[in-house]
Amino acid sequence: MDLTWSDTEEAFRAEARAWLEEALAAWRERHGGRILSGDTAEGFAQHLDWERTLAEAGWAVVSWPAEHGGRDATRWQWLVFEEEYYRAGAPARITQNGIFLLAPTVFEFGTPEQQAHVLPRMARGDDLWCQGWSEPDAGSDLASLKSRARRDDERGGWVLDGQKTWTTRGAFCTHLFGLFRTDPDSERHRGLTYLMVPLDLEGITVRGFGRLDGDEGFAEVFLDDAFVPDDAIPGGVVLGGVGAGWSVAMATTSSERGLTLRSPGRFTATADRLVALCREQEARLGPDPRRRDRVVQGWMEAEAYRLQTLQTVTDDAEGRPAGAASSLVKLWWSELDVALHETAMDLLGPDAELEGAWSKGWQFSLSGPIYAGTNEIQRNIAAERVLGLPRK
Amino acid sequence: MRFAFTDDQVALRDAVRDLLAKECPPEVVRAAWPEGPDDRGAEPGAGARSATDRSWVALADMGALGVAVPEAHGGLGLGELDWVLLAEETGYAGLPHPFVETSCVAAPLLAAAGDPGGDLPGLVDGSAVATATALGADLVPWGGDAEVVLSLLLDGEGPWTAHRVDATAAVPVASVDRARRLARLDVGGGTGLGSARDAAVAFDRGALGTAAQLVGLGRRMLDLTVAYVAERQQFGRPVGAQQAVKHHLADAAKDLHFAAPAVYGAAWSLAAGDAHGHRAVSTAKALASDAARRTGRAALQCHGAIGYTVEADLHLYLKRAEALARAWGDAAWHRDRVAWALGL
Ligand SMILES: Cc1cc2nc3c(=O)[nH]c(=O)nc-3n(C[C@H](O)[C@H](O)[C@H](O)COP(=O)(O)OP(=O)(O)OC[C@H]3O[C@@H](n4cnc5c(N)ncnc54)[C@H](O)[C@@H]3O)c2cc1C
Repeated sequence: MDLTWSDTEEAFRAEARAWLEEALAAWRERHGGRILSGDTAEGFAQHLDWERTLAEAGWAVVSWPAEHGGRDATRWQWLVFEEEYYRAGAPARITQNGIFLLAPTVFEFGTPEQQAHVLPRMARGDDLWCQGWSEPDAGSDLASLKSRARRDDERGGWVLDGQKTWTTRGAFCTHLFGLFRTDPDSERHRGLTYLMVPLDLEGITVRGFGRLDGDEGFAEVFLDDAFVPDDAIPGGVVLGGVGAGWSVAMATTSSERGLTLRSPGRFTATADRLVALCREQEARLGPDPRRRDRVVQGWMEAEAYRLQTLQTVTDDAEGRPAGAASSLVKLWWSELDVALHETAMDLLGPDAELEGAWSKGWQFSLSGPIYAGTNEIQRNIAAERVLGLPRK
Repeated sequence: MRFAFTDDQVALRDAVRDLLAKECPPEVVRAAWPEGPDDRGAEPGAGARSATDRSWVALADMGALGVAVPEAHGGLGLGELDWVLLAEETGYAGLPHPFVETSCVAAPLLAAAGDPGGDLPGLVDGSAVATATALGADLVPWGGDAEVVLSLLLDGEGPWTAHRVDATAAVPVASVDRARRLARLDVGGGTGLGSARDAAVAFDRGALGTAAQLVGLGRRMLDLTVAYVAERQQFGRPVGAQQAVKHHLADAAKDLHFAAPAVYGAAWSLAAGDAHGHRAVSTAKALASDAARRTGRAALQCHGAIGYTVEADLHLYLKRAEALARAWGDAAWHRDRVAWALGL
């Protein structure tokens, strides 16, 4: 066991840190120092500019192979980059549903042609992907989804009908990846197909609507006899085979719960900011042992998350995959995020009511126990697949 | 960066795990209670220590008691990363002996001080036991049974001091976990032992070893409960199929899943002499204390009334966990030390 970073990793860190500092300052300046939420139309454009800045300098997808726009970084370097990214206060990635959820699936299931097209365009921010899983009547029970894709051999493509909802940043994205029922007589997990769909097709209507924080971060996607030709994506719009959608999608969900979506850097940086906030408030208002105790608890839990991740990455590298334990991980980070932000709100006192980074973060943290599979669903999965409790 | 134990470390752990599974099943833990029945022939009510002693001797025979003692003193000469998993296993087994106090705290501290009383051979071969208490706690586990009793004290914000105290005046007291064999004794005086740094390291080792035992105890309580709820039927199906039961146990599994790496990370910090050693140990002890306590409550709740009896085994581990959650500084004490380390 050795929990120190090697010289190579430290050099990588220094390079990332220097670049981030300069590039972030330049980006903020380009936008007059007024950066808006990436979940508003204007803010999305600003963030797209940031994504392209990352891509041009080769920092958009560090762990990908260079041929697809990455820099062949190891998982360790990726973790280092994430630490630096959040430490520098860089913004949440508007491309994250693409690069953290779709991309791993394309790497695993895509044909070389699909990979060559989808991945570099995603890395550069040319195509912006949103996740089309949920439907109005299919949330936790995703396997009950009804949106259909009908084969049209004559025209060479698929005809889509139905409705997707809660689609993060759907109103600003160019493409959607999602699950569709391709066998109309099928039930539950069978007869589903994973499709990659451009959103500018005739028959597709996207309506953005406000999340808890008021930003238009959600969208409904209405599909009404929309024809998606096979060659809308070179190599085809089907990922992983017709009818294989469920197992292909499940590969994506485990990265959503586990490591890739929520790297520890995000929480350790928040925890460090919370400690700083506590220090400031105590300097102004005097010591408050009860709040300090909660700050420390949050800091320790972020630290435990960091260590657990280091263990997971090691295990993964040595061929001991985490499996269903990713459900425990999802429970941990989502509850941690709420706790960190609630504590910050309490430290701020009356000022917590003002709009600001902490109150914005608090509102977003509340969604963690819901998205990526609700925490109730994760507890069921953990109990059955980690502990082996009976299903019925 | 590599966060995993070596094959040798895992092999040693497995050997101890197998040994304890054989020599220290619940009946043996039970037999360590003064009134405990002893299936292996000792007289009931007499402290019934013969069966429990067997597990101690077996540990000595494989060298585990001298794990942290330099080879020059007859030990294995290993460090925190080598014994932290053994401590976890002794927790899992509910071993009714002071493994952490003897092998992880006292023995290496005595070795560092040159073994002034010539105690090490006895501690390594299992013919003697040592115990230790910290932070002025005068209720000492195994306080009347130990040949060596150490007290680790903190003067305000330091430095740490270690003393060997006289246990002849120890008064045995009845305690919740009878297998801990508590005695009350004066821990203020005695003869100094080792440097302030040795004493500080000894305290961290005690807190680390106890945190590891708590993770083991948590795992044991979870295993017992998973087995029980898969069998126990109500409403025509196993209670373990009920969501409320599943959620209690998933939460317990989650807390243990994150306390364990904190404990292992702290072991690395001590072994590597990392600058954040105290902070890492305190993080581990606080998280492990809370995780074990919450797991105990979930385990009891999911057992129902059978868990609330001395006939079910759960209470043996539940009581030990509660005792250890507060030994060597409780969660609040350790959070305070982390706060201090963070400049709060
Ligand atoms: C911020 C945010 C972003 C999102 N982004 C996307 C996106 O980009 N794309 C996308 O497809 N979806 C997205 N979602 C939707 C998300 O995946 C769903 O909200 C989630 O799967 C839960 O479904 P639901 O909202 O329909 O709740 P329901 O399934 O209706 O659940 C309601 C409540 O019942 C509980 N419940 C339901 N079933 C069970 C059960 N079997 N056992 C115990 N409890 C149960 C749930 O835990 C919850 O507490 C997003 C959600 C949020 C909050």
